[in-house]
Amino acid sequence: MTTGAAPASFVSDAALKRLQKRKAADRRLKYYGLGAIGIALLLLATLVTSLIITGHTAFLQTHVTYPVYLDPAKIDAQDPDKGNYRSIVRDSFAALFPDVTGVREKRALSDILTSAAPYILRDKVVADPELIGETIDFTVPVSDPFDQFMKGNIKRETAEDDRRVTNQEIAWVDRLMADGRLSKPFNTGLLTNADSRFPEMAGLAGAITGSFFALLVCFLISFPTGIAAAVYLEEFAPKNKFTDLIEVNINNLAAVPSVVFGLLGLAVFLGTFGLPRSAPLVGGMTLALMTLPTIIITTRASLKAVPPSIREAALGIGASKHQVMMHHVVPLAMPGILTGTIIGLAQALGETAPLLLIGMNAFITSPPGGILDPSTALPTQIFIWADSPERGFVSRTSAAILVLLGFLIAMNAIAIYLRRKFERRW
Amino acid sequence: MKTAQAESQTATNGATMTPVEKASPQAAETHPVKMTARKVNVFYGAKQALFDVDLEIRDNAVTALIGPSGCGKSTFLRCLNRMNDVIDNCRVSGEIRLGDTNIYGAHIDPVLLRARVGMVFQKPNPFPKSIYENIAYGPRIHGMAERRAQMDEIVETSLRKAALWDEVKDRLQEPGTGLSGGQQQRLCIARAIAVNPEVILMDEPCSALDPIATARVEELIDELRENYTIVIVTHSMQQAARVSQRTAFFHLGNLVEEDETDQIFTNPRDKRTQDYITGRFG
Ligand SMILES: Nc1ncnc2c1ncn2[C@@H]1O[C@H](COP(=O)(O)OP(=O)(O)OP(=O)(O)O)[C@@H](O)[C@H]1O
Ligand SMILES: [Mg+2]
Repeated sequence: MTTGAAPASFVSDAALKRLQKRKAADRRLKYYGLGAIGIALLLLATLVTSLIITGHTAFLQTHVTYPVYLDPAKIDAQDPDKGNYRSIVRDSFAALFPDVTGVREKRALSDILTSAAPYILRDKVVADPELIGETIDFTVPVSDPFDQFMKGNIKRETAEDDRRVTNQEIAWVDRLMADGRLSKPFNTGLLTNADSRFPEMAGLAGAITGSFFALLVCFLISFPTGIAAAVYLEEFAPKNKFTDLIEVNINNLAAVPSVVFGLLGLAVFLGTFGLPRSAPLVGGMTLALMTLPTIIITTRASLKAVPPSIREAALGIGASKHQVMMHHVVPLAMPGILTGTIIGLAQALGETAPLLLIGMNAFITSPPGGILDPSTALPTQIFIWADSPERGFVSRTSAAILVLLGFLIAMNAIAIYLRRKFERRW
Repeated sequence: MKTAQAESQTATNGATMTPVEKASPQAAETHPVKMTARKVNVFYGAKQALFDVDLEIRDNAVTALIGPSGCGKSTFLRCLNRMNDVIDNCRVSGEIRLGDTNIYGAHIDPVLLRARVGMVFQKPNPFPKSIYENIAYGPRIHGMAERRAQMDEIVETSLRKAALWDEVKDRLQEPGTGLSGGQQQRLCIARAIAVNPEVILMDEPCSALDPIATARVEELIDELRENYTIVIVTHSMQQAARVSQRTAFFHLGNLVEEDETDQIFTNPRDKRTQDYITGRFG
């Protein structure tokens, strides 16, 4: 019969076998991919869940509300800044518990209130001196152990010696609760307060402002510099050994560990230039060093992606090189450039090591007023809190991480949105 | 070989006398020379793409450049407005004159030259901007209109000359990239016309178009001939025959022969030309 190669058959055994094998291989590949994605999602979910479990309580804060008589004898109406607020706060609170008489007990009783209560009251009176002489409803956070008790992190069932609140204190809290004096509203202080020694008062305002200023400086430095460098390298630089060297170095720079940039910032910006320590200016400058390579690389990629036909079209009607770039290529590449910049900034936002080195992990109790004021940043604030033993800081650390993640997700979402919105097809 | 002789003759006879002119004196009379290429050699790195090309391009005529793929038609065309300057490893020697000026002369600004020698590309490449902006961009960067009304006028006349006005006059603010391929190519022609060039170079302007759009563009080229000098690269013998008055045949980087289009298509002097136009290669 036929001795030459027969035409391939769709139904021969060999063909069917091969088909099956091929299909099995396809399926396997698909499952490997699904498996990998599944593992990645699982890890992510674990991370976020554990953060939420430990952190969610920090988004609420137990407050106590009680009447306070602003005794004119204890406050100087002319200068409300000075006044014995400590005793006002304590005495009014003690008035709720007339049966508590011992000095020791009285002190323990006032420890239910945050230690910052006198300052909160002072600020209130300074803001509105009319209040002097009146009795007001005063709402303050309770101190950390009681906050934790209210949130169930300290259990009633635990032996008295093993928990940070005594039976007596629990009885007081129960009484406050029965009187309806305790509330657990959303913890606005977490976002509006600066750092504090007392967990119930500590917030992220300083860190958020510090991060904002640092990113602003970082953006203002790295964005124009990055674009200019990328445009030069992509469009004007002669192709020679020297520019090759620059290119290799920029790519390497992107891979340098961030701690090295921190050391550089410490040595050059603080050491040589004598810029202030812990300032967002220095933080931003250091972060700009790290963001710059990212921006240069993504900008070059976006410039490359602009089709040459656009350049030719512009050149063909007599546009100069500069006009071709500024009127056509750069605007067309802008969505890509912006995406890269936002991703670079998001990286910078989460960067910790360089900021630690230039001292942005100091304990600072007021938000910075400008780029020269000492300040913390979100990641360094997390670092500081993670280092604090109080129970309240543990949940606040997780909450701060969630806030940071929220910012990161928002920035990346903006980047994706920009990319989608301006995506072009030529 | 005939052409080789002809070329060496050109070299010895000097700039003004070419064998082509001797062959068809009328053409020389009716169409004065607009651009002249003398001994043009082009190198891409070490590779030579054009060898001693001598060619005259006549005013108010369409010159077609034909030849097999890779023979250097585009390369030659791009020499005429110095678009090769932007290619890194490209080197051009020889002389190309526009009128009396050597465009490769030391004091010549290629940017200005490109305003006088415009270009239309193979693939329609409108800017991703409005139709109006596409046309207005050139005149604006060359400072050709001081007020809005002047610009409007330039836009309208350019679009009219490119036979596109009636189709787009109601949607000038819509993106140029939203037009059909044929309309886009006419938009590109209008854009080239808007800066009022003397010469328009077209590199296979119809290769991305359907026959109807091609016919429109060809018609347009024929009309534009009145006011402009046109050089067109084409792979279509029919197109060359339809739109051009003169045809130059390139082969492997050499200009094999150049003559009136009728002459080339009915009675080519070189064997290679004959083989090419009868479809024996290329
Ligand atoms: N940028 C470049 N770098 C290197 N070599 C090039 C470059 N452009 C063209 N060449 C070479 O120069 C020669 C002529 O190319 P050219 O583009 O002029 O041909 P062409 O006649 O226009 O061909 P086609 O009809 O296919 O468009 C070819 O061998 C090509 O490989
Ligand atoms: Mg070509």
